[in-house]
Amino acid sequence: MLAFISTLLIGITVGAIYSLMALSLVLVWRSTRVINFAQAGQAIFSTYVAYEVIQRTGNFILGMAAAVVVGALLGALVEVLLMRTLFKRIHSGAVAAVAPVIATLGLLGVIRASVGLIWGNDGHRFDAPVSTQAFSMGNTVIPFSRFNLLVIATAALVMIVFTVIFQKTSLGLSLRASAFAPEIARLSGIRVGSIRTIGWAFAGATGAVAGVLISPNDSLTPNSLDLLLIFGFVSAVIGGLDSLIGAVVGGLVLGIGKALILAYLGSSLDYPTAFVVLAIVLIVRPGGIFSMKRGRNA
Amino acid sequence: MLKKFFANGVRTRFIGTIACGWFLLLAADRVDPLRVYQGGIVAIYVIAIASVILLTGYSGQVSLGQGAFMAIGGFSAALSSKYWHLPFFLTLIVAVLAGALAGALLGGGAARLSGPYLAGITLALAIGLPNLANQFSFLGGEQGLDYSVGDPPLRFGMDFTTDKWFFWITGLAALITLWWTQNILMSRYGRTWRALRSNPAAAQLAGIHVGRVKVLAFTLSAGLAGLAGALLSMTLFYALPSAFPLSLSFALVTGAVLAGVTHLLGSMLGAIVLVAIPAYAELLANKLGGAERVIANLPGLMISTLLILAVLFTPNGPGEQWRTFKEKKGKKDRQTR
Amino acid sequence: MTLTVNNLSVDHGAIRALNEISFTVAPGQIAAVIGANGAGKTTLLRTLSGLTHATTGQATWEGKDILGKKPENLVRSGIAHVSEGKSVIAELSVKDNLALGGIWRKDKKDVALATQEVLELFPRLQERLGQSADTLSGGERQMLAIARALISRPGLLLLDEPSLGLAPLVVAQIFQTLSQLRERLGFTLVLVEQNAMSALKIADIGIIINLGRLVASGKASDLSNDPALRAAYLGY
Ligand SMILES: Nc1ncnc2c1ncn2[C@@H]1O[C@H](COP(=O)(O)OP(=O)(O)OP(=O)(O)O)[C@@H](O)[C@H]1O
Ligand SMILES: [Mg+2]
Repeated sequence: MLAFISTLLIGITVGAIYSLMALSLVLVWRSTRVINFAQAGQAIFSTYVAYEVIQRTGNFILGMAAAVVVGALLGALVEVLLMRTLFKRIHSGAVAAVAPVIATLGLLGVIRASVGLIWGNDGHRFDAPVSTQAFSMGNTVIPFSRFNLLVIATAALVMIVFTVIFQKTSLGLSLRASAFAPEIARLSGIRVGSIRTIGWAFAGATGAVAGVLISPNDSLTPNSLDLLLIFGFVSAVIGGLDSLIGAVVGGLVLGIGKALILAYLGSSLDYPTAFVVLAIVLIVRPGGIFSMKRGRNA
Repeated sequence: MLKKFFANGVRTRFIGTIACGWFLLLAADRVDPLRVYQGGIVAIYVIAIASVILLTGYSGQVSLGQGAFMAIGGFSAALSSKYWHLPFFLTLIVAVLAGALAGALLGGGAARLSGPYLAGITLALAIGLPNLANQFSFLGGEQGLDYSVGDPPLRFGMDFTTDKWFFWITGLAALITLWWTQNILMSRYGRTWRALRSNPAAAQLAGIHVGRVKVLAFTLSAGLAGLAGALLSMTLFYALPSAFPLSLSFALVTGAVLAGVTHLLGSMLGAIVLVAIPAYAELLANKLGGAERVIANLPGLMISTLLILAVLFTPNGPGEQWRTFKEKKGKKDRQTR
Repeated sequence: MTLTVNNLSVDHGAIRALNEISFTVAPGQIAAVIGANGAGKTTLLRTLSGLTHATTGQATWEGKDILGKKPENLVRSGIAHVSEGKSVIAELSVKDNLALGGIWRKDKKDVALATQEVLELFPRLQERLGQSADTLSGGERQMLAIARALISRPGLLLLDEPSLGLAPLVVAQIFQTLSQLRERLGFTLVLVEQNAMSALKIADIGIIINLGRLVASGKASDLSNDPALRAAYLGY
C-alpha cells in the first residue's frame, strides 16, 4: 500500500511537470493554431539562464525568476518575429498547411544549436534548492522528497495563477475570446495580435518553469528537454489540445500512468508507454478526454 | 518535336535515368575520393528527401519522423543480415519492407489525423525511437549492429575503393528510386494524391477513399526511408542509434523544403545542400578557432537557419521563384512585342 | 452621426462583390439592406466594420473616414457589428459573451449600467447568465449577440440577418425590440435582411442591392409600394 502511494506521489510530481509543458503548448495552440515544437528550445534556453543565475548567486528562486522572464520574452519575440512574418508571407501553396510546423521545428534546431554554441554539449548541473532525500517514516522509506513537494507546489501555484487570470480578469477573457473566435474578439475591440503575443509570452514562461523544475540534479544538455516536449505534447493531446484543464489532467494521467508502469513493469517501457498512450487516446477518443465537438483535422 | 519526345512517359524517364547513371559513373572516376564518399551520402539523402516529398509534397501530410523510418530500415537490414544471413541485396529489400510496414501501421492510425497531431506523433517517433534502440540488447545498444556490404567484387580491379563501391550502390539505388517515384507520381495514385492535397473535401466528394490513399502514401514513403536508412548504415558499417538523431529528421525536412516539396528532382539540390553545409560548416568552424562546441553545433545551426529562411522566403522551393520570375519576364516580353 | 458610403467597390479575389455603391443614412435612421443571396450585403457590413478591405470608394461615419481602419479601432468610434450566423462565442458563458461588449470601454460603471439595461430588455439572458452560450436556442443567441453589441453603446449598429433561422414570431419580436431601442437610445441602424417585408416595415430607408450593384434606395415606404421592385426584389 505504502509502495503504491509513493508511486502515486512520484507520478504526480512528474505529471505536474508534464502538465506545465502541456499548458504551454495548449496556450500557443489556442491562440495561434500551431503546435510550437520550439517550446522545448525556448524552455532549454531559459533553463540554461536559470543555471547561470544559480551558479552566480546560489539562489534558486532568483534563477527561476530569471528563467520565467527570459522565457516570456523569448515567447513574445518568437511570435512577433517569426510567426507574424510567416502568416503574412504564406497564404497558399503546397507548404502553407505545414509551414508553421516546419518553422517551429527549424526554430527548435536553431535554439538547440545556439545553446550548444554558448554552453557546449556536455552536461551541466545545478542543485535543487531543497533536499532530494526520500522521506522516511520509522523504518520505511517513501521515495518522495522535499523537492518533489516543491515541484508539486510550484506547478499548483502556476495553475492557480492561470485560473485566476483566465477566469477573473479581462485579459483572461480577451485571451479566451481571441482563441475561440478571433473575428468576434476583434469586433469587440480586442487587439487580437497583441493578445496573441501575450499568449506566447505566458506559454514561454510556463515552459521555462517546467524546464527549471525537471532539471535539478540531472544532466542539463541542449537536448535534455526533448523528451519533455514529447510527454507534454502527449499530455496536451490527452486533454484535447484546446483545454487548459485538459492539459493539466492529461499531464497527471500520463505521469501517474508512467510511474505505475515503471514500478510494476520495468523501466524499459518508459518511453513506449507514452507512445502507446498517445495511440490509444487518438484512436479511442480522437477528441481527447476534454474535447469539444471539433474534430482533429483543424 | 523535342517536347513530344520528352512527354513520352515511362520510357523516356527510363532512358533519362540510364543516361544520368552513365554520367555519374564516369564522374566518379574523375573526382577525388572525398567527393566520391560525399556523392554516396548525397545519393542517400536524395532517397530520403524523395520519401519526404512523396508524403508532404504530394499527399499533403507532414512527417517530422522520417529519421525514425530510416532507423527502422537500418536496423531491420542489419538484423536480417545477422540472424538470417541474407545476402546484401535482400537485406535492402527487408529494409524497404520493414519501413513500409511501420509506415502502414503509423499511416493507418494517422489517416484520421492531420496537421499538428501527425506532426507530433512523427516527432515523438523521431525522438523516441533511437532511445528505444539503446534499451534493447538485441539491437546492440549504443554500439549498434554490424552491417556490411562486403568488399567490392575483385573484377572491378584492385584500386576500386570502398567509397566508390558505396557510391555505385547508393547512386544506383537513388536513380531507381527517382525513376520509380516519378512513375508513381505520374500514375493514377499521383493524381489522386495531388487532388487530395489541394482540396481534401472535393477529393472525398469525387469518390476518393481519403484514408486508404493516405495510408498508401505513408507506406511508400516509409519504405523509401527504410531503404535510405539501410544504405546509411552500410556506409557506416553499423546500424547505430546515434546515426538517426532528431537532427537527421530536421535535415530531411530542410532538404525537402529546399527541394520545393513538390519537385522530385529538387531532392538532388536539397541533398547536395545537406551534404555541403556540414562540410562548409566544418571549414568555417576551424577558421573560427575550431572549438569543439562550434564544430558540433555550427552545422545544425546553419541547417536550421536555412530551414526557417526557406520556409519564410521560398516556401515552394527556389524553383518557384525562378518560374514566377520567368513568367513575369515572359509577360513583359510579350507586352513589349 | 451620419453614415455615408460613396462609390464603394469591394473585390474578393476575382469576384466583385460590391460595385460602386453609394448611399447615406441620416442620424438615428434605420436602413434596411435588402437583396438576394450573394448580393453583397454581408460584404457591405464587413467593409463598414473593417473586417474586409474595400477596393475603391469612400465611407465616412461622423465625418471621419472608416475604410482601411481596423475593426478593433472602429468599435471604439462607436460602430458595432453583429455578424451573420455564428455571432456568439459558443465556448464562453453567456456572462462572458456579454462582458465582451464592454471589454474595451474605460467607463466600467457605465458598462455595468448598460449590462443591467440589456438584461432587463432580455430577461431570458438574465436567467441563463452562467450557462455556456452553446446551450442557447437560436433566438436566444441572436438576443445575446445584439445585447453584446448594445453594451458597447454603439452610435452605429450593423446587424447581419438577425432573423436567420428564427420563427416568424421571434423575428417580429426582435424587430419590435430594435425599433423601440432605436427610439430610446438613438443609434443609427443598418439592418441586413432577407425578410424584406418586415425589415422595410421598421426601416426609414431601404437599400436594395443585386449582384453587387445598387438597384434602388430611398424611403422604405416608397420602395415597398413600388410594384416593380416588389415583384423583382422584395418577393411579396
Ligand atoms: N471571402 C470571400 N472570398 C471569395 N468570395 C466571397 C467571399 N465572401 C463573399 N464572397 C462572394 O461575394 C459575393 C457576395 O457575398 P455576400 O456574403 O456579401 O452576400 P450576401 O448578400 O450576404 O448573401 P447572403 O444573403 O447569402 O448572406 C458572393 O458571390 C460571394 O460568393
Ligand atoms: Mg450574408
